[in-house]
Amino acid sequence: MKRLLSVVLTGAMAVSLAACGSSGSGSAASTTAAASGEKTETAAAAASSDATWKFGSQGPLTGGAAVYGTAVVNGTKVAVDEINAAGGINGYQIEFQSADDEHDQEKAINAYNSLKDWGMQVLIGPTTSAPTIAVGSEAVNDNLFMITPSGSAVDCTKPANAFRVCFSDPAQGAKSAQYIGEHKLATKVAILYDSSDVYSSGIYESFVAEAANQGIEVVDTEQFTADSKTDFSTQLQKMQASGAELAFLPFYYTEAALVLKQADSMGFKPVFFGVDGMDGILDLDNFDTSLAEGLMLLTPFSADADDDATKNFVAKYKEAYGSTPIQFAADAYDAVYIVKAAAEAANLTPDKSVDEIGTALEEQMKSLKYDGITGAEMTWDDNGDVDKEPKAVVIKDGAYVSAE
Amino acid sequence: MSFISYLLNGLSLGSVYAIIALGYTMVYGIAKMLNFAHGDILMVGGYAAFIAFNSMGLPVVVAIPVSMVVCTLLGITIEKIAYKPLRKANSLSVLITAIGVSYLLQNLAQIIFTANPKSFSSFVGMKPLKLADGQLTISGETIVTIVTCVVIVVGLVTFINKTKAGQAMLAVSEDKGAATLMGVDVNGTISLTFAIGSALAAIGGILLCSAYPTLTPTTGAMPGIKAFVAAVLGGIGSIPGAFIGGIILGVLENLAKAYISSKLSDAIVFSVLIIVLLVKPTGILGKKIMEKV
Amino acid sequence: MNKVNAEKQKITRSNLITFGMVIIAYVIVEIMLKTGNISSLFKGLLVPLCIYSILAVSLNLVVGISGELSLGHAGFMCVGAFTSATWSMLMSGSAMPAGLRFFIAIVIGAVSAAFFGFIIGIPVLRLKGDYLAIVTLAFGEIIKNLVNALYFGIDARGAHFSLEDSMHLNMEGGDIIIKGAQGITGTPKNSNFTIGVVLLIVALFIVLNLINSRTGRAIMAIRDNRIAAESVGLNVTKFKLLAFTISAAIAGVGGVLYAHNLSSLQALPKNFGYNQSIMILVFVVMGGIGNIRGSVVAAVVLTVLPELLRGLSDYRMLIYAIVLILMMLFTSAPSWIQYRERILMSFKKNKTERKEKD
Repeated sequence: MKRLLSVVLTGAMAVSLAACGSSGSGSAASTTAAASGEKTETAAAAASSDATWKFGSQGPLTGGAAVYGTAVVNGTKVAVDEINAAGGINGYQIEFQSADDEHDQEKAINAYNSLKDWGMQVLIGPTTSAPTIAVGSEAVNDNLFMITPSGSAVDCTKPANAFRVCFSDPAQGAKSAQYIGEHKLATKVAILYDSSDVYSSGIYESFVAEAANQGIEVVDTEQFTADSKTDFSTQLQKMQASGAELAFLPFYYTEAALVLKQADSMGFKPVFFGVDGMDGILDLDNFDTSLAEGLMLLTPFSADADDDATKNFVAKYKEAYGSTPIQFAADAYDAVYIVKAAAEAANLTPDKSVDEIGTALEEQMKSLKYDGITGAEMTWDDNGDVDKEPKAVVIKDGAYVSAE
Repeated sequence: MSFISYLLNGLSLGSVYAIIALGYTMVYGIAKMLNFAHGDILMVGGYAAFIAFNSMGLPVVVAIPVSMVVCTLLGITIEKIAYKPLRKANSLSVLITAIGVSYLLQNLAQIIFTANPKSFSSFVGMKPLKLADGQLTISGETIVTIVTCVVIVVGLVTFINKTKAGQAMLAVSEDKGAATLMGVDVNGTISLTFAIGSALAAIGGILLCSAYPTLTPTTGAMPGIKAFVAAVLGGIGSIPGAFIGGIILGVLENLAKAYISSKLSDAIVFSVLIIVLLVKPTGILGKKIMEKV
Repeated sequence: MNKVNAEKQKITRSNLITFGMVIIAYVIVEIMLKTGNISSLFKGLLVPLCIYSILAVSLNLVVGISGELSLGHAGFMCVGAFTSATWSMLMSGSAMPAGLRFFIAIVIGAVSAAFFGFIIGIPVLRLKGDYLAIVTLAFGEIIKNLVNALYFGIDARGAHFSLEDSMHLNMEGGDIIIKGAQGITGTPKNSNFTIGVVLLIVALFIVLNLINSRTGRAIMAIRDNRIAAESVGLNVTKFKLLAFTISAAIAGVGGVLYAHNLSSLQALPKNFGYNQSIMILVFVVMGGIGNIRGSVVAAVVLTVLPELLRGLSDYRMLIYAIVLILMMLFTSAPSWIQYRERILMSFKKNKTERKEKD
């Protein structure tokens, strides 16, 4: 029995190895063919639209974090379709492919490599921080231009080829503390954060560091982990007992929905203050929005904004995917347009090599100024971090209202 | 006063664990397998109830049976297709197919319902109870969950001890061969066990989502594993054991969060589990394993 | 006597096949690498394939040879990964050559994981069956939880630890190496396919030699009948603990490779949680419990499979789950085996007849 089993498995392995090998040689052959084809063509017709841009995107499309990866991929698709319909970038259409990284560093490398095999020239991703750091250290060897919509940890933009659309974690934590201090929202603050999450603990640390400068007293700090995020009542009770006037919740809306419900049922009503991960809470399927009444958050994007760009994006997204886009999708949408703007400024064409495209886009990013749906007048510093102002919003009657 | 309210939080969470653990323990007792897909059946129960109640607008009294029927059918089907052919194989084989089924259900749910979380409306209409001048609030969900849990445990124990089908279950769990010789329909009994276990998972799912109202395709995974721990803690195969294990686990988790560290509560809970098992190697109410020479 | 010799020869031959298989695979891949006939995806998978093969071999020692169900193997991997990555980060500024540094990192990972295996093994191995499984699962989760809470930094005054946050380290300058959930970033990428294969061969060598040694036979005797083994004077605890510790050490080496293959190391539920432990168990069961060669093959097939399914996009993991169930039914369900054998029989009737004549 065992022998038979091992024969079967060895056979399977041989087949899979062969498949890997052949797919490798296949794609290699096709790229060389394409490259030689282009060489002869570029001279003949520069405006030939045979060549296309190849944009890739990756994020968790299965598993517990799938909601974020799906949003990024969908947001990218909306932008790509829009650009293609309007004639592409510098006259060239964009081809798009996405890959699942399961919110795991190792799978992220696999996803990246599979996109590379496909011929990706620009990466709109990855979605989450840990995979972004892992992929960044690979992509830098290829000098493949990557712009992560939502990888917020500091190290995500360490490689020279990596940029981001969202705020970095320290920037968010510090900006939240500043906002609370400047607007005198509270002096006694309690914090609840996900201690097993890179994003949440990153914001927490920078918030606490800045809080001291703003005269904010952190009266209680509570944590939860990925393995126990159903019941928050005990943490909330301790926060309530600490006499906090404001509860800082630096985590995602999926957990926040539970926290708000449980706080409500125990009658704990401080000012709740969230960060950009909180965006999306109003559009949770069947969510009782009265629970979020008075919730404040710093977010660069709100789906309710009434400018035309946002309205257009939200409408198209809803039409295609049947749900309201969250901030991740908006960041991804902006990311594609940022690449477009940079590519147009550099007058790039897709027949260039990955390395050439990367170098040109990186050069352009230094001077690029971009108005998007997640911020006006975005600029990028030498690290690849974005400089933009977050909007403070407060939820009133089930909708975002500017807090100013 | 705060101690009492931490305790109540623990009781509420613990009784949800207990209901899920009952399903684990019953299946283990009869089929001697760890049904890792149990938590995902619970998730399916949650979605079934969500669709019946929120999307189709059926009343609660209809939505609950609908969800239970869906889960029961699912449980029986899974048993027939994925577990039954492996009954005579190595016990680890069936553990692996259970994991396969768990992946299958999660991914199927994601394709059907997308990964966007759904906010579950509570099935419990009861108002929170305020005690001691409003210092202590007990939510309706807590009361209903605890009561349901006790009712189920009493019902199951009576069922097993007083009815013929229950006795057949006992016989099958003791010795399949002897049970067959005595004319017990072993296949039928195992199917019945899966049916009851899955129906309990549906109730567990509804109560879990009523108390903690976010529903995603991975909702069942963590409570499932916690309930598994609870079942082992109480002595796997024992129905009162699953109840006690669930309650202890829930209370412990909340007290650890309250008095030691909310960050390390998982580590603390698991440490207690280890200590209990070292002192009582088969759990609190578990039977002693007889060694065959 | 002759029979014993024949048996020995058979074992040696079987072991040679195992090593030969790995070496041939290595040579083929190296040729493919040299000629550039390989996709980036597959190139990126080479080190993980070694890692999971090593882990599967290591777990098979516990599950197959020692007969204990362990669901906490990812915990040992986690220990090996974090201790070795910490070492590499500490030494990254020094003048130590990268090769030596990585060698010491492997030793550190193996020793620290072995230490944890030993400490955990003492209480755990008193338990049996599913209870043992759940306790190992608990230990794995405890390790993950603690690593996620651990902050470690070093400055002029020495090392600082905290389970709270980086502010509690009270650092005066210096570097924070482990930042709780944010883990370790910037570990040097020292793992490569050759080192992975060498380590896999070493792991195979250790495990296969152990199995065919006096000690290994004692371990298997305990697995098959504990009481009989005890009554002939075998020290049950000692032998079980030995297998468990060796297995943990090998898993630790897998962790070292893992940590030095990726630049960011975080203890996520996906990589060091019980899901990973279960995945390794799937390799072992699928490859045949106690069949070391099978473990390697199954680890390779099941790691490559989801990558090959990428073309199916949304349905990828769904198909993977179905394949997993079907493979398990196909290889282990008695009725399926019968059915399969009947088909095979009709194909290979002549062959079997010839064999039976011998």
